Amino acid sequence: MSAVEQLGYLAAAVAFVLGLRLMNSPATARRGNLLSAAGMVLALAITAVRLAGNTETLTGPVVLLAGVAVGAAGGALLARRVPMTGMPQLVSLFNAVGGGAAALVAVTEYVRLAPAVGAQTTVSALLDVVIGGVTFTGSLIAAGKLQGWVTGNPVLFPGRRAVSVALVAIVVAGAVWLLITPNVPVLVVVIVAAAAFGVAMVLPIGGADMPVVISLLNAFTGTAVAMAGFVLNSVALIIAGALVGASGTILTKLMADAMNRSVVAVLVGGFGTGDAGPAAVGSADASVRSVTAEDAAIQLAYARKVIVVPGYGLAAAQAQHELSALAELLIERGVDVCYAIHPVAGRMPGHMNVLLAEANVPYPMLKEMDEVNDEFAVTDVALVVGANDVTNPAARRPGNPVSGMPILNVDAARSVIVIKRSMGHGYAGIDNELYTAPATGMLFADARSALAELTTSVRSLVG
Amino acid sequence: MSGGLVTDVTMFVLAVLVGFEVISKVPATLHTPLMSGANSIHGIILLGVVIVAGSARTPLEYALVAVAAAFATANVVGGYLVTDRMLEMFRTRDGRRGQAARGGSTPQTAGGKVPAPRGATGSEVAR
Repeated sequence: MSAVEQLGYLAAAVAFVLGLRLMNSPATARRGNLLSAAGMVLALAITAVRLAGNTETLTGPVVLLAGVAVGAAGGALLARRVPMTGMPQLVSLFNAVGGGAAALVAVTEYVRLAPAVGAQTTVSALLDVVIGGVTFTGSLIAAGKLQGWVTGNPVLFPGRRAVSVALVAIVVAGAVWLLITPNVPVLVVVIVAAAAFGVAMVLPIGGADMPVVISLLNAFTGTAVAMAGFVLNSVALIIAGALVGASGTILTKLMADAMNRSVVAVLVGGFGTGDAGPAAVGSADASVRSVTAEDAAIQLAYARKVIVVPGYGLAAAQAQHELSALAELLIERGVDVCYAIHPVAGRMPGHMNVLLAEANVPYPMLKEMDEVNDEFAVTDVALVVGANDVTNPAARRPGNPVSGMPILNVDAARSVIVIKRSMGHGYAGIDNELYTAPATGMLFADARSALAELTTSVRSLVG
Repeated sequence: MSGGLVTDVTMFVLAVLVGFEVISKVPATLHTPLMSGANSIHGIILLGVVIVAGSARTPLEYALVAVAAAFATANVVGGYLVTDRMLEMFRTRDGRRGQAARGGSTPQTAGGKVPAPRGATGSEVAR
């Protein structure tokens, strides 16, 4: 490899690091992503030029280009078409194919070298195909769970631990075999076992924990790519893969912390139960006070300070535009409006910010939990839209599933309006004490129609 | 352990440390875009596919290259596009799209009455 090529790869690596750094702030994040993309184009261009001057056959580049064309078309189409609410499963899908590609690269190189594969290459290739295989199927299952194609409930089939142990044993035995006698069929067995392990690992985990799982698998893919770098002796792959492996690990821990879950507890499974089933209105407690849209509109229109607390229900009802319209109207009337964003609002950290940004809500209006929690005490109305567990005061007490979870102090507001379809439970599966508090009025409706109705009511009130 | 491997391991370890440092300072607001951005970076595996495409000689290897190329490219292209789509929407009050474009996307609130003239009416009733 020439010095120019090496310096080009260095420039690409710098672009990745600086790109991630610029993504620290909303103001520079987009530039950061573009810089990272530029680094990617540079690294690929250098490699493509080298391939053009140094290829065994013409067929290789031709099938490469065919695959690239298919992948580019499919990726671009999905990236443009999928609605913002479907973003987490799309990221998971892109992660799955990345992990799959990392495994396939090692397989291809292994097939070419076999049976004369050195120990160093065998170890790297094994790590690559095992991590890549687990990531591929695991990410597909995670995406399926979020999309609702696979049940969000933990799937606890009998003997699942025995199955997992057996799969690990197959992988280990296969690895030992390959170190002694390199051969392709055993490698295939190892890959199949790793892929099956990916399914067995993610199926028992509930839908609520999927963001943590996706983030973890994202880190896995980075590591698999770094291993592919060891197989091919490519510094660019090693650096970029390690960068993603480390960043994904940090992000996974941050997400798990925000949900008051440990990564180990998530992987052991059995907490999240997916989306709550609808329950009968008012069945949970007789002391629930229900309000009409008109009552709620009056409270909002004559408030001085309103804090909006959006949750997954808002995203599910695709009501972010209606919410933004209502907030705009209130601001026009001189009401002080901001949004309180819990770290895990939506389906993963930051997801709610994206949804609200899509509805043209300026990001300075979005306040993070620590920043806004003291403001609830001086707030006239807290408007909770489709958020549940993150507002449950029970979290401040020990001895229940949400104990210790950081929550928004919604109950400190002078008045609380909760827009919700029913008294159904959140992921934690327990009653929300906020709903039965004296200051709380429940507006039982679909978030989208309720918000549109509120806007209309506020308009007619002010003439 | 060969010299090349030592260099590779060195690169790996240093890149891991850089990754920890860069990420630990990102606010929660940007976690989803960030995860998506990191996700696109591991699409660099496409570079690995290009390398193996150059040395492929058998139909099996060609088939593997084709599938890997499609997967990796979907990761790169889709990853960057979707991250950009998310980040494009982060804007300040000054830099955002006009009211007209917004009204069009919210049929429930658009086309109704003209917004009432603003002024010092009513709102001072607040406690």
